Amino acid sequence: MPDPMKIRANQLGDATEVKVLMSHEMETGQRKDSQGKVIPAWFIQHVDVTCAGKTVLSAQWGTAVSKNPFLSFKFKGGQKGDKIVITWTDNRGEKRTDEATIA
Amino acid sequence: MADIDQTRRKALQQGASLSLLTLLSAAGWLAPGIAGAETWNKSAFDAHSMDETMKALNGSSPAPSKDVTFVATPDIAENGAVVPISVVSALPKTESIAILIEKNPNMLAAVFDIPQGTDPSITTRVKMAQTSNVYALVKADGKFYVASKEIKVTLGGCGG
Amino acid sequence: MNRSTLAAVAVAGAALFAMATIGAHAQGKDTAAEIEKYRQALADGNPAELWEARGEAMWKEAQGPKKASFEKCDLGVGPGVVKGAYAHLPRYFADTGSVMDLETRLIHCMTTLQGISEADAHKTLFGGPGQRSNIEALAAYVTAQSRGTVIDVSLADPQMKKMYAMGEKIFFYRGGSHDFACATCHGEDNKRIRLQDLPDLTKKAGAQKAYATWPAYRVSQGELRTMQWRLNDCFRQQRFPDLVFGSPASIALTTYLAYNANGAVYDGPALKR
Repeated sequence: MPDPMKIRANQLGDATEVKVLMSHEMETGQRKDSQGKVIPAWFIQHVDVTCAGKTVLSAQWGTAVSKNPFLSFKFKGGQKGDKIVITWTDNRGEKRTDEATIA
Repeated sequence: MADIDQTRRKALQQGASLSLLTLLSAAGWLAPGIAGAETWNKSAFDAHSMDETMKALNGSSPAPSKDVTFVATPDIAENGAVVPISVVSALPKTESIAILIEKNPNMLAAVFDIPQGTDPSITTRVKMAQTSNVYALVKADGKFYVASKEIKVTLGGCGG
Repeated sequence: MNRSTLAAVAVAGAALFAMATIGAHAQGKDTAAEIEKYRQALADGNPAELWEARGEAMWKEAQGPKKASFEKCDLGVGPGVVKGAYAHLPRYFADTGSVMDLETRLIHCMTTLQGISEADAHKTLFGGPGQRSNIEALAAYVTAQSRGTVIDVSLADPQMKKMYAMGEKIFFYRGGSHDFACATCHGEDNKRIRLQDLPDLTKKAGAQKAYATWPAYRVSQGELRTMQWRLNDCFRQQRFPDLVFGSPASIALTTYLAYNANGAVYDGPALKR
């Protein structure tokens, strides 16, 4: 079971600011271990963010996104108390969904 | 129905096993926004040049635009593993923002789809193999635009 | 190349060198500013928070043969009291009759409260590819509970005085194949390796800046690293023998640095390159 994300969602005027820290190795597939074997690529490929059921951001990522990814963006139409749901899916098919309430 | 039959037939003939998701996606049956609904754009992420990437994104050469800017993005990164990038697009009808790193093994780092109501601005962190131009590629109103910035990557301390 | 051309090249070269030096100096100020900008940009959203969350869960989870959590672990300010504890470490513990830093104290709680063997407790000290560290997560949680607390390490106990003196001695001790001491890099003001400013750890200002920001998420490591790791890695870079985890030498050095940092507001876990 992948580690939980840390999500902060704050209402600033008419915009909701979302900041999320995800726990993921984001292995490029180019590193070698101490035995010289290639460490296989392992990275988040899809990210989806919804607010009150509506998609507010979706993304496709490659291996160049940093380990323990950080993402920040803003959207309009949300309000305090609404639920933000973030889901990531990686190339192994592993998934993690976390939610936060807009403060 | 015919489309999905053709796809399935082709898959069976080729001996490939298409996931249900891919089949459904091809038939347009999955609403966008569901995680994994769109197939991960492998050819775009495998591309080594701007031209190759644009081809995989179904776009032509992007036009340079002053309306695409890097905000609060430092010129120097102390370590290439984590380089903060913030892109803002002032272009109306911005649909997506992508980040490309010229000297990385594969140029495309990330693509963000911006639905209506979401600010066309993204902050994230990327890996840079070495000092390089970083491109912010924006799709607005069906057309592609680009801005670039050189970010220097340094080696710190005792080499690590 | 004839002699006059050689001379011309030499003059041109010297001029270029002079310009480069002046340029580099001017660039030095801009470079430092840009690097500060880089550090600021990363300050928001420190991956250390992920370790803090894991550490908190570990602190509360019943583990080991004794199926106990860390909730009776005494870090020096009372059993189970985590708030502010790191700001007073290292310290002398009567129950072990020794000076301990945070990491050795955590190992102590693992072995005594949870019944985990010494060997098992030492199995996952430092995280890496395919390995999660127990200590690093716990340390992230515990130190985060001291954020904002003034560092106050006391040398009242004679054992602490001894540790400080030993730490100081080790700090200035030159050895290894390169004849380095900690002081070689960290014993003077205004020293730098490549673009890395080196704090003078013998002086309060330098010690405070350095000690108050460890543990830290090291971007270049992709891991949260603690003081034990930092000292071990310094020894490695000095071509010294391996600094054994939790050894009296490691605790002595931490005592030396922590006491020198007294008065600083603790600001960890931080984020470093």
